[in-house]
Amino acid sequence: MAYRAQQIAPPIPSGFGLGAATLVAALILGTLGVVASRAPEAGQLGPSDWAAVRFTVSQAVLSAFLSVLFAIPVARALSRRRFRGRGLLITLLGAPFLLPVIVAVMGLLAVFGRSGWVSQALELFGLPPIPIYGFHGVVIAHVFFNLPLATRVILQGWAGIPAERFRLAAQLGFSARNVARHLEWPMLKRAVPGAFAIVFAICLSSFAVALTMGGGPRATTVELAIYQAFRFDFDLGKAALLASMQLALAGSAALLALWMSQGQGGFGKGLDRSVERWDEGSRIVDFIAIFLAVLFLLVPMLAVGSRGLAALPDLPMTVWASAWMSIKVALLSAGLAFALSLPIALTAVRFAWIESVGLLTIAASPLVIGTGLFILVFPFASPQDWAFVVTACVNAVMALPFALRVLIPAVQDVCEGYGRLSLSLGLSRWAMLRLVILPRIRAPLGFATGLAAALSMGDLGVVALFAGTGEATLPLQIYRLMGAYRMDAAAGAALLLALLSFGAFWMCDAWGRRNA
Amino acid sequence: MKYLGCIAGVFAASMATAETPELVVYTYDSFVSDWGPGPAVEKAFEAKCACDLKFVGAGDGASLLARIKLEGARTEADIVLGLDTNLTAAATATELFAPHSVSADYSLPIEWTDANFVPFDWGYFAFVHKDDLDAPTNFKALGESDLKIVIQDPRSSTPGLGLLMWVKAAYGDEAPAIWESLSDNIVTVTRGWSEAYGLFLEGEADMALSYTTSPAYHLIAEEDAGFAAAAFEEGHYLQIEVAGKLAGSDQQELADQFLAFMVGEGFQAIIPTTNWMYPAVTPADGLPKGFDTLVTPVKSLMVPAADAPAIRDEALAEWLTALSK
Amino acid sequence: MLGDGEMLEMKEIVLKQGTFEMRANLGLEPSARVAVIGPSGAGKSTLLMALAGFLTPVNGRVYWQGEEITGTTPNVRPFSVLFQDNNLFPHMTVAQNVGLGLRPSLLLSAEEIERVECALTSVGLDGMGARKPAELSGGQQSRAALARVMVQSKPMILLDEPFAALGPALKIEMLDLVARLCTDTGAGLLMVSHDPSDARRICESAILVAEGRAHAPVATDELLRNPPEALRVYLGQ
Repeated sequence: MAYRAQQIAPPIPSGFGLGAATLVAALILGTLGVVASRAPEAGQLGPSDWAAVRFTVSQAVLSAFLSVLFAIPVARALSRRRFRGRGLLITLLGAPFLLPVIVAVMGLLAVFGRSGWVSQALELFGLPPIPIYGFHGVVIAHVFFNLPLATRVILQGWAGIPAERFRLAAQLGFSARNVARHLEWPMLKRAVPGAFAIVFAICLSSFAVALTMGGGPRATTVELAIYQAFRFDFDLGKAALLASMQLALAGSAALLALWMSQGQGGFGKGLDRSVERWDEGSRIVDFIAIFLAVLFLLVPMLAVGSRGLAALPDLPMTVWASAWMSIKVALLSAGLAFALSLPIALTAVRFAWIESVGLLTIAASPLVIGTGLFILVFPFASPQDWAFVVTACVNAVMALPFALRVLIPAVQDVCEGYGRLSLSLGLSRWAMLRLVILPRIRAPLGFATGLAAALSMGDLGVVALFAGTGEATLPLQIYRLMGAYRMDAAAGAALLLALLSFGAFWMCDAWGRRNA
Repeated sequence: MKYLGCIAGVFAASMATAETPELVVYTYDSFVSDWGPGPAVEKAFEAKCACDLKFVGAGDGASLLARIKLEGARTEADIVLGLDTNLTAAATATELFAPHSVSADYSLPIEWTDANFVPFDWGYFAFVHKDDLDAPTNFKALGESDLKIVIQDPRSSTPGLGLLMWVKAAYGDEAPAIWESLSDNIVTVTRGWSEAYGLFLEGEADMALSYTTSPAYHLIAEEDAGFAAAAFEEGHYLQIEVAGKLAGSDQQELADQFLAFMVGEGFQAIIPTTNWMYPAVTPADGLPKGFDTLVTPVKSLMVPAADAPAIRDEALAEWLTALSK
Repeated sequence: MLGDGEMLEMKEIVLKQGTFEMRANLGLEPSARVAVIGPSGAGKSTLLMALAGFLTPVNGRVYWQGEEITGTTPNVRPFSVLFQDNNLFPHMTVAQNVGLGLRPSLLLSAEEIERVECALTSVGLDGMGARKPAELSGGQQSRAALARVMVQSKPMILLDEPFAALGPALKIEMLDLVARLCTDTGAGLLMVSHDPSDARRICESAILVAEGRAHAPVATDELLRNPPEALRVYLGQ
């Protein structure tokens, strides 16, 4: 007989969790309301705005298509080969999620730019260089970020094929082709649409990539157009109108992704396991797939690293000041994410629907929330005075769905496994939280907090909207250095930023794993 | 650190109580860079004024105006330096700027009458290229070539806006067709001049939109005669860069003092070899050697400042439409 | 049918879980050692969990020494419980796990710490208090859980087959330890088991749970020697 968790009261009064969820919902719905109320002022979307909508959708479709297309052979190779460093490689596939966009952009420019390595190699063969700015660049950057994600999602599909099936296939003498047809193809038909939808939704809300690699009106996403309405024209009504457009796009994409990816996720367990297989398949093809993926993901990183390392000793003071600012923003953001997600996750034991507050944040992009907050703050205070607080808050909220996704199942496990024992021993709520739940969910809590810290550290979104002329966070400072074409200093700062992001994640994650 | 503790805003006011008065000047990024005029100007003015002159880089020229609109009466700036004649009418319309009392013996190509803004340098926009390039001599030829160019966004950068006005002044209703033909030559549209020129120097493009005076930088500072500005048959668009005082400034006298200093020898002598533009008032020693080698336009184009806002809006819409196809 | 000396009474109890339904109407004497036997899925654990307070009956009442305890929370009931698994918190030391039986806040006085030590010694775990459960063998883990039951010193012990995963010899050892504990402390015992020999070993009487009913306790030997139809099928006779 199963005694389910619903008999167990949440270890804190539900008011805390409901309060936190209400706060998040109010922030999002409130800013959306503000945006919607200001939007009519702007009248109609012009031809260039519609061009931005078209560009946003078309680059997202192509980015998602290419990410998934390339992910399939990589995932297949990873699922059927066992080699040294395989586990490390799969861990590395999670790294782009934490990598600040601006750092990756610098690396991609160094590799794919007109004077970059790839173009120089092409020149040897008398070929023209790849145009990195504009559509191509945006798509390359999006594939860089989302190929690993798509690979992990599809790899999970492969890991989900029971080992017994492969044994049966071997017994029946299946060739690699038969295995593909009878086992892998049905799995792909289920896994690929979900992976596509997730990547599509992510690319639809792309801001920092378009900001740094877009090339003028031809390569402007809606998010970038919102920024331009602020920064170039200071037209709040136009910004609000574009924000409404973005909300409609991202909201429907998020719903689509959710519907198509039920039961999947990037954080899935069991990826380290490789199923024993007896069908051979082409070793060469697998090797090439893995080799090219590693090359594509690692070389840009190495390019930033090597250029940045040389520039690290001579970084200007402003960079160090920005780094300190970013650390403070990340700390505040991680603290907020912790304070919001923990009570919500604890309350989800009783009210499972509360997790849907995370969905709200997926539908609303940071720039849309930023637009709303800007309009709210502007009449009363100078938005730049609030730049860092707003950046920290928005990033904390953005990290919420990821945090809830790892925390809620963990809390549920603890309550199901130890709830009865705790009750029969008469542990008070506080004792249960302190002695049982917190120690048991320490690992996912550290992971979620680290995620929030790293995402906030590397964010170049709301801060670009709010920041004034003075102090900047490190990603914004790098963007400014790139604008001034001080590429060496920018590379040094990018290396520093990457170290800070990964460092912040690693510290929180290591705290969670200690004594676990 | 001003924002210690992350709870911003609370401490913002308390920092203003410095002993020496502080004059805050918003300007474009390249003006305040280490190699720009900023550091030398700051030193020269502070030697005279017993004050603290603080330059704040706020993006490129055109985004200066958006920033001032955004900050409104709350702005910390006392002076905005780096707008140009295409923007003065729009800036005046904000009613945030105060009249000046500066008069000088200007060496500008036109007569100066603006009540709110004081000119500090001028130049002609041009595409700069390496010497070995067989450069086109007009926009039509450029559009037909497969040369790669980098330009600036007219919404954020005064050179970008200048190019917009240049094409409009030269071609009028034909401007959209010119932009469509240029569309495939444009590698990227940057937010500011520095980025565009940097991309050009790194080899990302064959030509960058800059000034006829830019080759002087390579000639004088780098002793490299390998750069040239492409002379265009349509003529070149004239840019006059200006500064203005904010009406809400709490340092009115100091701001007036700065504007007067700006047209004096101490400031103007710095301009040619740091901002690489023609000074608004020719210094006593004349222009530096090397400036005589520069291209002189066959024709000088310029939209009157009062007409600029309307023409800008029309041209911008055409530009956005042509380039977003 | 219920006598005056009975401490635990279940009156007209109806338990429901989904479509499953069972009834109980019985009483137990103080210090009785009673086995709960019956086919799997008949509701043995359900009965125990209802007593422990994890499942509220849809009808009927539970009395302890004449006082109703039907709706009370598990920790105020006069039972210490051992479940099928998860009887120890894996992140706490053995001593902490035992200490929880004294004070759920774990803020123990010196005297209480000593009592924990004593309990550990009496179950044969002296000197192992600082270890985590994962560092103990299966039998030692059961001993640690029993040490906690000991310090809880509740009048009755409920066992929901906590030793099912142990080998035969170890299980017998644990059963004997439980019997000793009951004798030493005078506590009663209600023990779910699917193995008749367990019941025979330490329980003088047994409750048969079958066909949606928990029958009143009868002598174990009697029940097993002359089983009713439902039990006969289960026992394979």
